[in-house]
Amino acid sequence: MSKEKLKFAFYWAASCGGCEIAVLDINEKILDVVAIADIVFWPVAIDIKYKDVEAMPDKSIDVCFFNGAIRTEEQEHLAKLLRKKSKVLVAFGSCAHQGGIPGLANVANKKEVFERAYLQSPSTNNPNSVTPKTSFKVPEGELKLPEFFDTVKTLDQTVDVDYYLPGCPPPSAQVAKVVEAIAKNELPPKGSVLAPEKSVCDECPRKKEDKKISKIYRVYEITPDPERCLLEQGIICMGPATRGGCEAQCISANMPCTGCGGPCPNEVEQGAAMISALSSILGVGGERDLDYDAEKMIGQVKDPLGTFYKYSLPASFLRRRRIKK
Amino acid sequence: MTEEFEPKIVGFLCNWCSYAGADLAGVSRIQYPPNLRIIRVMCSGRVDPAFILEAFRSGADGVLIAGCHPGDCHYIAGNYKAQRRGILLKKLLEQFGVEPQRLKIEFVSASEGAKFAAVVKEMVETIKKLGPSPLKVQMEGLTYASG
Repeated sequence: MSKEKLKFAFYWAASCGGCEIAVLDINEKILDVVAIADIVFWPVAIDIKYKDVEAMPDKSIDVCFFNGAIRTEEQEHLAKLLRKKSKVLVAFGSCAHQGGIPGLANVANKKEVFERAYLQSPSTNNPNSVTPKTSFKVPEGELKLPEFFDTVKTLDQTVDVDYYLPGCPPPSAQVAKVVEAIAKNELPPKGSVLAPEKSVCDECPRKKEDKKISKIYRVYEITPDPERCLLEQGIICMGPATRGGCEAQCISANMPCTGCGGPCPNEVEQGAAMISALSSILGVGGERDLDYDAEKMIGQVKDPLGTFYKYSLPASFLRRRRIKK
Repeated sequence: MTEEFEPKIVGFLCNWCSYAGADLAGVSRIQYPPNLRIIRVMCSGRVDPAFILEAFRSGADGVLIAGCHPGDCHYIAGNYKAQRRGILLKKLLEQFGVEPQRLKIEFVSASEGAKFAAVVKEMVETIKKLGPSPLKVQMEGLTYASG
């Protein structure tokens, strides 16, 4: 007896499109996906309209892979709609999981974002100061655009999420594993993060000797020893505070981890974990030196928010910068 | 109603120095404002930055971390770590739009009851001037609709 095929859906909200590529990056395994599942909705690849999704019966989609953060009315609507239509909703990639790069917009609000994007940026020529409006009257009728929110939210701050697949984008091996687990009906308990229970450091092949630094370097300032831990060489690497599953890809390419995997298991706040880790090794052992100056030592960290919350600002405890009224 | 703003301050005091200092302030009957909620920890180095952020998220108007004087830490270097974390957190808070003065790192020994009282007094005054934490207002109104 042939089993009925599963129904998959993919959607993109506030994201770059990299997650769609990550799906295809599983290469020939995509044929296994098609063998077990029909793709019923995937704006990047197939022409299905929103009204077609609305017409689907509730819980008719087996698994929906949702990438991107929520920053507009349209994305919020689709998140709610797909939640209703799906049995399992997976937050796919850093943006849906923790807010991701679009989440960094939480240092500003709608007004500041629009001013920057449509008025101030050096390549913009906008003499009439035109910015997007939610509605505009033309002779043919009224045109509408979805509202743009002040605050970027993660998917689980918008709707109930069953699983999280971290990464920017999620590593293809991880995606393949998840698809396999779905096919075999072996998914872990609801709410699980579908990544290994270890940190990036755990997967990192570099030699770790003595965690003690006194000077911080930006990536372009030094040529790091390719064998040794980057953090020990003074480059801020988010490895200790980031969940693995990526096989330390970036570090193997001589670039520090920037934290796309989200917080480690049992860690609630990625930025706080990294502040703790970095402060524990920066200047350690030199505190009794006459010229030790804690302010100066820490002053080397130029942008704590952008460094420690690069992918997790909306999911952080403080979520966003305070908006001055 | 013109009630004066009474800030809520969370204080993490280390067991060996600052908590004893606070105790001394008490037994010496030194008066200081009652705005501080004290949490005793074994070492200021035990205070996870997440605790501090959580305190602010939960509506604290200020957070005080007090530990042993440099060189005096019961666990050798916990206070240095707390100090560095504190400085880094202050920078972070500023980026979040929260006044960095709301977080204070102090060294108070077991014999400095008077200093402890003075530190609390000064901190309460600073925060009264700043007013309620902006996060309190923000967290309650975290819907994105307005603004």
